[in-house]
Amino acid sequence: MNPAELAIEVVGLRKEFGATKAVNGVDLEVRRGTVYGVLGPNGAGKTTTIRMLATLLTPTGGTAKVMGHDIVTQPQAVRRHVSLTGQLASVDDEITGRENLVLIGRLLGFDPATARTRAEELLSAFGLVEAADRLVKDYSGGMRRRLDIAASIVVTPELLFLDEPTTGLDPRSRNQVWDIVRALVAGGTTVMLCTQYLEEADQLADRIAIIDHGRVIAEGTPAELKAQVGAGSLRFRLREPEQRIDAQRVLSGVLEAPVLLESDPAVLSSHAPDTEAVTAAVDELRQAGIRVSELAYGQPSLDEVFLALTGHPADDTTEEDAA
Amino acid sequence: MSVTTPTAPTATQADPVISETEIRSALSSSVRPEPPTPWDASVTFAWRAVLKIKHVPMQLFDVTAFPIMFVLLYTYLFGGALAGSPKEYLQGLLPGILVMTVSMITIYTGMGLNNDVQKGIYDRFRSLPIWRPAVLVGMMLADTARYIGASIVVLVLGVALGFRPDGGTLGVLAAVALLLVFCFAMSWIWALLGLSAQTPETVMQMAMTILFPLTFASNVFVDPSTMPGWVQAFVKVNPVTHLTDASRALMHGTDLGSSVLWVALWSIGFLVVFFPLTMRAYNRER
Repeated sequence: MNPAELAIEVVGLRKEFGATKAVNGVDLEVRRGTVYGVLGPNGAGKTTTIRMLATLLTPTGGTAKVMGHDIVTQPQAVRRHVSLTGQLASVDDEITGRENLVLIGRLLGFDPATARTRAEELLSAFGLVEAADRLVKDYSGGMRRRLDIAASIVVTPELLFLDEPTTGLDPRSRNQVWDIVRALVAGGTTVMLCTQYLEEADQLADRIAIIDHGRVIAEGTPAELKAQVGAGSLRFRLREPEQRIDAQRVLSGVLEAPVLLESDPAVLSSHAPDTEAVTAAVDELRQAGIRVSELAYGQPSLDEVFLALTGHPADDTTEEDAA
Repeated sequence: MSVTTPTAPTATQADPVISETEIRSALSSSVRPEPPTPWDASVTFAWRAVLKIKHVPMQLFDVTAFPIMFVLLYTYLFGGALAGSPKEYLQGLLPGILVMTVSMITIYTGMGLNNDVQKGIYDRFRSLPIWRPAVLVGMMLADTARYIGASIVVLVLGVALGFRPDGGTLGVLAAVALLLVFCFAMSWIWALLGLSAQTPETVMQMAMTILFPLTFASNVFVDPSTMPGWVQAFVKVNPVTHLTDASRALMHGTDLGSSVLWVALWSIGFLVVFFPLTMRAYNRER
């Protein structure tokens, strides 16, 4: 791949806090103009990785280039290309929304008049005109997030880091944040998105890295990862439980995954890579004269992804993210 | 016309529509400007501090109530006993009270910083292409405005109580200017404390432990010649003594001696030692 097309290029990145290896040899390549999802549970090293790439932390080892600049030797050059929306909302609680945006505009080098104009444009685009003159501490979670992202694009960055942008938001605010991210990407911004939610990464990301214990344990497009995980879980409930053994035989012939008998005497479970495979399985059952009363097919959850890739559930890492 | 149930939704509850085209146009209109100069960035941070005072004016309590309390208490408690009358005592006391009051207020720089730097907005400040000390320099510039406010309160009250500076307006202004320089330099000590301590209370306690001996073991309240020799030795090198000497001499138009030189040396010393230490603490990973 042509290095000029890479927004982020990370080789063997490590970060230790005392004896804790928060990031333990991460390699990443992010192409310009794409959304790159970094998926993992709390404490996996997502935030530490993003903070190193945003020049807030110095790596213990490894190298990383962001927009072509080394994060250790050229941090100011990196800062001229990137913007960060941190896990703690990176806005000032004690001043108004408008003042926040003017403040950031001035700090980026706009003259006072231009900074005010930019603030107005962004307040309007992000639906914050009504709240512009209220103190940010009185904002709802969704409003804070929108202001936070607005503050990140006062100068449209070439690369935007979003650290868990929808954690703690209601579904409606979450959808708004997703719309904003899509609009940014359509405008040419590269986005690196840390999230705990598989659905979020699936919705937004072109490629995903799954991180666990400070290492990348899987990487690829959402479709590739799902295939790697063995896809969605599949559950059949039969009209007549006595047909279950026949059903198991039929399904084993169609599905590549093992077909298991559940404790409920009418239920079988398995996995299928896509809906075509599910349809094929249902067809086979019908031809064999086996009647299905209930069918459930779901995308693999993050828990299942983790279980499949690591052999341990996602939530057994209870330590806090170290930064 | 009959009264009906209001039907208009409250504006604050309405969920705004995020329009992709509006966001796209908000994106395309911005060209990255050159990063601000260190001075512009510092002034912007000073503006941020002023905005906070504007939204919570109670923050000015310490620069108004504190000085008034000090001037009244010391003038009337000690005046009769130490100089025959409060008015007599005030002539020598007021320049010293000014020094003491404003020095004490510098502690709030450290306390405010300790509270502020924990916030998420500092992540954004740190990831901006600006001169990093601007965050702290700006904050201290704004605090200098607070010190000026406190100085005005002390001086106005002093004049109302009978303080008559023989050095005139220029002398008083010169004394305040020197005081501001000293306090700006000294506040870097509290900034370092503010960045290193766990809580604002710790900052307060540690700063008080330093400031109390400095302000009381000086020539602010009484003539040092009545003190034991070892205390006199401390009083002689104490920067508050030099600053009080300079403040009195400037306000009353008497001989400055080497006092201004000593104040300048102390101020430079504070800056040379504590500015780099403070910046190291600020840049430390957290």
